[in-house]
Amino acid sequence: MFRATLKSLLARKLRLVLSGLAVILGVMFVSGALVLTDTLNRTFDSIFSDVYAATDVSVTAKPKVEVSEMDGEEVSAPLPASAVETIKTQAGVRSATGRVDADGARVIATDGKVLTSFGPPRIGSNWTGTDEMMEIRSGRGPEAPDEIALNATTAKLAGYAVGDRVPVLTQQPKREFTLVGIWGYTGGRDSISGVQEVAFTTPVAQELMLGEKDVFTSVTVAAADGVTPDQLRDRLAPVLGAGYEVKTGAQLSAEDSASLKEGMGFFNQILLGFAGVALFVGIFLILNTFSIVVAQRTRELALLRAIGASRRQVINSVLVEAVVVGMIASVLGLLAGIGAGAGLGALFSGMSGGMDLAPIGVPLSAVISSFTVGILVTVVAAVMPALRASRIAPVAAMQDVATPDRPLTKLTVAGTVVTAAGAAALGTGLFVASGDSALYLILGGVLVTFIGVALLTPLISRPVVSLLGRLFAWSVPGRLGRLNSGRNPRRTAITAAALMVGIALVTGVTVVMDSAKSSLKAEAARILKAQIMISGDQGGPRPPTYDPAVVDRAEAIPGVRAAAGLYNDLVAIGGERSYIAATEDLSRLAEAYGTTAAKLGADQIAVSAPEAAERNWQAGSQVSIQTSRGEAHTYTVSQVFTEDTLPGSIILPAEAIKGFGITQPVLGFIRLDDGVAVSAVLPQVKALVADSPEVSATDQQTFVDSQAAIFDQIITMIQILLGLAILIAVLGVINTLALSVLERTRELGLLRAVGLGRAQTMRMITVEAVVIAVFGALLGVAVGAGMGSAVARALKDDGITQIVLPWDRMGTYLALAALVGVIAAVLPAIRAARLNVLNAIAHD
Amino acid sequence: MAATNAGGPVAARAEEIWKVYGSGEAQVVALRGVSAEFGRGRFTAIMGPSGSGKSTLMHCLAGLDTVDKGTVHIGGTEISTLGDKALTRLRRDRIGFIFQQFNLLPTLSAAENITLPLDIAGRKADPQWWDTVIGTVGLKDRLRHRPSQLSGGQQQRVACARALMGRPDVIFADEPTGNLDSRSGGEVLSFLRQSVREHGQTIVMVTHDPVAASYADRVVFLADGSIVDELANPTAETVLDTMKRLDTPSDSVML
Ligand SMILES: Nc1ncnc2c1ncn2[C@@H]1O[C@H](COP(=O)(O)OP(=O)(O)OP(=O)(O)O)[C@@H](O)[C@H]1O
Ligand SMILES: [Mg+2]
Repeated sequence: MFRATLKSLLARKLRLVLSGLAVILGVMFVSGALVLTDTLNRTFDSIFSDVYAATDVSVTAKPKVEVSEMDGEEVSAPLPASAVETIKTQAGVRSATGRVDADGARVIATDGKVLTSFGPPRIGSNWTGTDEMMEIRSGRGPEAPDEIALNATTAKLAGYAVGDRVPVLTQQPKREFTLVGIWGYTGGRDSISGVQEVAFTTPVAQELMLGEKDVFTSVTVAAADGVTPDQLRDRLAPVLGAGYEVKTGAQLSAEDSASLKEGMGFFNQILLGFAGVALFVGIFLILNTFSIVVAQRTRELALLRAIGASRRQVINSVLVEAVVVGMIASVLGLLAGIGAGAGLGALFSGMSGGMDLAPIGVPLSAVISSFTVGILVTVVAAVMPALRASRIAPVAAMQDVATPDRPLTKLTVAGTVVTAAGAAALGTGLFVASGDSALYLILGGVLVTFIGVALLTPLISRPVVSLLGRLFAWSVPGRLGRLNSGRNPRRTAITAAALMVGIALVTGVTVVMDSAKSSLKAEAARILKAQIMISGDQGGPRPPTYDPAVVDRAEAIPGVRAAAGLYNDLVAIGGERSYIAATEDLSRLAEAYGTTAAKLGADQIAVSAPEAAERNWQAGSQVSIQTSRGEAHTYTVSQVFTEDTLPGSIILPAEAIKGFGITQPVLGFIRLDDGVAVSAVLPQVKALVADSPEVSATDQQTFVDSQAAIFDQIITMIQILLGLAILIAVLGVINTLALSVLERTRELGLLRAVGLGRAQTMRMITVEAVVIAVFGALLGVAVGAGMGSAVARALKDDGITQIVLPWDRMGTYLALAALVGVIAAVLPAIRAARLNVLNAIAHD
Repeated sequence: MAATNAGGPVAARAEEIWKVYGSGEAQVVALRGVSAEFGRGRFTAIMGPSGSGKSTLMHCLAGLDTVDKGTVHIGGTEISTLGDKALTRLRRDRIGFIFQQFNLLPTLSAAENITLPLDIAGRKADPQWWDTVIGTVGLKDRLRHRPSQLSGGQQQRVACARALMGRPDVIFADEPTGNLDSRSGGEVLSFLRQSVREHGQTIVMVTHDPVAASYADRVVFLADGSIVDELANPTAETVLDTMKRLDTPSDSVML
């Protein structure tokens, strides 16, 4: 019996390859995601142990506003120079070095553009000599106020060599320095994980990066011989008191890596989410492939039964086959996954500017899940149809040529119940419930409806496929293709459902994003009266800024009615983090923005009505606000304004800006006198911001469009990621077709014998593929549009006021699906056309 | 020996055709220099023991297979030199097929199966001819049925109707009644004979059954890849006699 199984396995190489491929892909996605996650985790660990390798103990002042990784870079509180002296005098201290280390030193490259960063900070620091990890590559450290050194990564990216003049943006407008030295790190590294670094002399670093004299961000303390870092920490902490944090290098490295991992956890979840989608689709593919393969083997199994094999033996033979296929495919899938993980890791490190990737490792979880997924799914997929096949009486099975399709009743009932449940949840969420419970009901409803529709696909496939097929029924091959696609509703449906999943998700996200985009545009057009905006692309955690002097100069341009700059900071109000804004003069901002407001006094703030309501503030309320730097200050609420009439919800006076993490404006609004053309003023404003290369001056429309561009970026990202799921589904179409061609060999022979040409045969197969693919896409677009609209509706309170169905994109998805069908048909069609007529007729 | 048509126009002709399968030890000579003519408007049966090359001969005549040596003509066209495209068109327009089984596409109704070659060619069935054929085959009330809803005999009749509908030069039938009981077989055979007698159709049929052969105008006997005998106006008895005679070893020696 075992030998018969193996023989039949080998005799069916094509089927084996096709079913194996399905498993390989499914396993590849899961293991790839796990390998990548594991590698990145170990990479982060090693980065931070490197960063703190030369640090025994580090002292910082407690930050004024605690910030989590998701909110952006923390602004450390300044630490007075006197603290360094205090530390130096303590027992057990060999040396103490005051350090300035702050994000926001942006080098302007030789091409005039600011060096951007997708993640790693751009650090400005004070030069304190080299430690055991640093090595000078050329030149020396900065000694005069107009000298700087760069790390090799920065110098290379920007294209500078020692002796060049280098413009740098800091908390202050652009300033030029002479590059006197370039340094790197041990092991030939140009930087630690892609961080860009600029080193100034200490007073310059203090002035430019911290905005104050005689302050540091941290003190690096080296222990005297015989003193461990832990002992040193325990000695220093009580001396310095509660205002300081004293930590060992090991502690800091663990903390930083944990917080980065926490930030990356989100990324991991996305990755695993996509692996989940891929797996989901992969399971469809595996199930479908095996059910076809076993259905095709029904006659063979029946023959085995007829010559005396027991039911158990028949099922065992299929089981053995499934385990063999599952094992081999899992191993191959795991290998492919390791490759994919390594590739993605390299891509990731490239994107983040040369992060040194930890060696690729294979976590146990990847191995376990690979084999679980690979073997379990395969066995279940194979044994279910085999059980069914073994139940058919041998004689019936042997006579039965075309495998009969079972009635769809059970599936239909199940699908209807599930869909109804999903719809009910959705309806309740949309129209009855409110708040968070509504959101959960809607999201849950969407998911359940999704599954319900998938179950109903076979039923829907009948009318829809026959209708779709009509489009092609004008030619004989077209009609035959249409009939073939309607032949096994279950098979067609599962194949199409796999495609549906990916396309529905893409469409859903597109609907939500387009709705958000159009809501944003409509909103901006309604509230924004300024005709010219100064803004830049958000290229990293730190927003782009410009020279504050630009605002006054812009207002001086003839034809300008008002110009105002907007500053942002993350502050603590009553211990809670909150984003606030500030401007030079609220009355000017209001005028530029198209409304009126009084100037704020030094201790006054303006608050939007909803914000005031939420915080239970009225005009006259006293509020204590702790900005990123400086001391907490108590303000009086002097104005409560209507929502959206001014940018932001809490606006602070000009006096507060010096305590902000970033003391330069991030946005600018310029309103023109009535009748003045934008084109007359815009070039002059552009000239004003020429020295602030991070930002540009644009008209209102361009600004709104650029703000909305983020949504298009998200759509593109989702499209790429789900493209993988769609790719698997395409493989499913190829698989189904190839197996169908195999199954219908005799029919193809007959058709060819009675005069169907090769080209016509290919057309027939192509029509079948296109019908299946377009059916899947149609379903996907419909389900996706429904889900997307529901989610957009659920986000109404979050600013999505319009629901937009992107017909053009939905049309594109359909057209792409048709193309996918054509591509999927190529190989099976060639195979069908090449069939030898006589062999095909004699085929069994 | 060569089986020649007793005068009259020829619908299909084989001249010294050879067909060899495999090579070396496994080499099988399926046809060794067969020459035969099949007269227009005649019903010819090909008989012979299993493995004698009947199907091979028919496939070569019908352009389903290529010959290794010799030439095959359908009407005035030499088909041994045609490419796949031309052969496909030839089969579509000028040849009809009836196989032993699997004659019909399960997705198409009986009527659609009957018009399939015409549809592929983009031609319409002549309504009068349609009525005649359907009438003779006796399938009027079954036209909308799928093959799976028809009995084996009915399916073969549908196959006959399909072969006839395009009025091909020749219809080739390989054991068309092999899977049928004698009654349904008889129906199919009389129907084939009728189409020859009344409509001048040319039919070449491979069969094992002397009774089936007796419906033909002429029987050609094949053994070991060569034509060894032929019989005009056969009856079941004369066919059986000839078969018996050919089966005796002395005859094999004669070959
Ligand atoms: N594709 C092939 N490859 C190798 N040998 C073949 C092939 N087809 C037929 N043969 C051989 O050629 C010879 C003639 O076969 P053919 O099918 O023509 O016989 P037949 O007279 O139709 O027999 P039957 O009455 O059993 O159908 C046989 O010996 C057969 O084994
Ligand atoms: Mg034969």
